[in-house]
Parts: sequence; structure tokens; C-alpha cells
Amino acid sequence: MFIRWSAAVAAAILLSNPALQGASAAEKPTDPQIAHIAYTAGVIDINAAKQAQKKAKNKDVKAFAEDMLRDHEAVNKQALALVKKLNVTPEDNDTSKALSKQASDKLAELDKLSGAAFDKAYVANEVAYHKAVNSALETQLIPSASNAELKDLLQTGLKVFRGHQQHAEHVAAELK
Amino acid sequence: MMPGRLAPIALAFLSMVVPARAATIEITMENLVIAPADVSAKVGDTITWVNKDVFAHTATAKNGDFDVTLPPKKSATSVLKKAGTVEYYCRYHPNMKATLKIEP
Repeated sequence: MFIRWSAAVAAAILLSNPALQGASAAEKPTDPQIAHIAYTAGVIDINAAKQAQKKAKNKDVKAFAEDMLRDHEAVNKQALALVKKLNVTPEDNDTSKALSKQASDKLAELDKLSGAAFDKAYVANEVAYHKAVNSALETQLIPSASNAELKDLLQTGLKVFRGHQQHAEHVAAELK
Repeated sequence: MMPGRLAPIALAFLSMVVPARAATIEITMENLVIAPADVSAKVGDTITWVNKDVFAHTATAKNGDFDVTLPPKKSATSVLKKAGTVEYYCRYHPNMKATLKIEP
């Protein structure tokens, strides 16, 4: 029952996010592509957090943005160290491109908002974004990764990002 | 029995023994898990918090007794000053929870 439900949710999320859906429809991504996608996904959330630090009014939203900045920078720092160690050059790909395009559209959209409206929209997007990323990690990126250290890092990332999703959901509920 | 005479002896005994018995207990934070999650200690013991993750963590007592910040791959110590059962967690990753039972 639970498994079926989560599969349904995962499918719904993948379908609702065209960029990550692209990843699932395409062939299995290679390690250099996975590294690029994961790093890009981190940069996107870091940029969103930086925007929130400037614009957010609510103290829980500000604290959430600070947490995102701290954790995603830590993961990306680790990712850079790993690709250097493995002598892998992250490879740009359609999924990364689509993610970046969506993210810059979102940043522009959120930039027009202010006050409580911004707080709400930012947190709602963080919930949706972490859901989509976690689902892609779980169903696509982790199973496709062939290097054990890369797989480990993605798994650690997933664990942290699930916490972020819970945190975002909690803040979203408080803002209602 | 002569309790009046025993008490000073007991006190002297305690003052010699308590510092010698103070222990250092290591608690690790790795892969977003605090281990061991349940620790029994005594007032005067030192806790060494070891953060093995690439993430910053905190050991934050729910009752406000301590709030230790642990940068990535760093450790820190705190000396236990008050008896009681203290639940603590990481403020940055609240799913990380553990308990310290501190005996007098």
C-alpha cells in the first residue's frame, strides 16, 4: 500500500517537473552528467536561498534559507572535491539546462513579490523543489550512479534534503 | 553508629574520588545520526562531541542547558554540570535526536 502510494507520488512529481521528467525519459545518465545535475540542483537552491535572505520577512523563513545555504554549499563543496579526486569533469546535459532555465524563471517570478507573499511563494517552491529533487535522486540519479563514492554522496544528500523537505513543509504549514 | 563522625569522612572521601572518576564520553554525529543515542553520564563528566559529517551540526539541549555548535569535521567538549535527563537535538537537522542521562 505504502509502496504503491509513494510510487504514485513519485510519478506525479516527475510528471509535474518537466526538467526532471526529461531525466527519466532519457537514457540512463552517466556519472559526469549525474555530478553536473546534482551540482546544478544545489546551485539553484543556493541562489533561491540568497534571494530569500534579501527578501524574506518572516524569521522562520529567513532561518530556513540560512539552513539551505549552509547545507547545499556543504554538499556542493564535497561534490567539487569528489569530482576533482576522481578526475571527472561534470558534463552539461539537457536535464541540467532545463533545471537552470526553470530556476531562473522562478527567481524572476519570486523577485516581483515581496513581504508575506514572497515568503509563502518561496517556501511553497522549496517544498515542490525538494520533492522533485528527492524523487529524481531516489528513482533516477542514485540507481544510475556507478562510482561508489558518488553514490554515497548522493545518498547523504538525499537524507539531508528529505529533512529540508520536512522543514519546508513545516514552515509552509506555519505560514498558513 | 556515629553519623556525626561519618559525615566528614564521607565528604572527604567524595572530594577525593569524584574528580578521579570523571570520565570523558565520546558522542559521534555521522551521516546525520547521533551515536550512541542514549548515554548515561555523571555530573563532572566531559562529553566530546565529534562531527564526522561535511555538514555543520549542533548539540542543543531542549531545556536550554547547552547549545554546542559543531562545524563540519570538528569536535567540541562540554562538561556536565547539572543532573537530569536532557533531550537534545541538532538545530539544523532536527531529525537528529538523542538523550543524556546525567546522574548526580
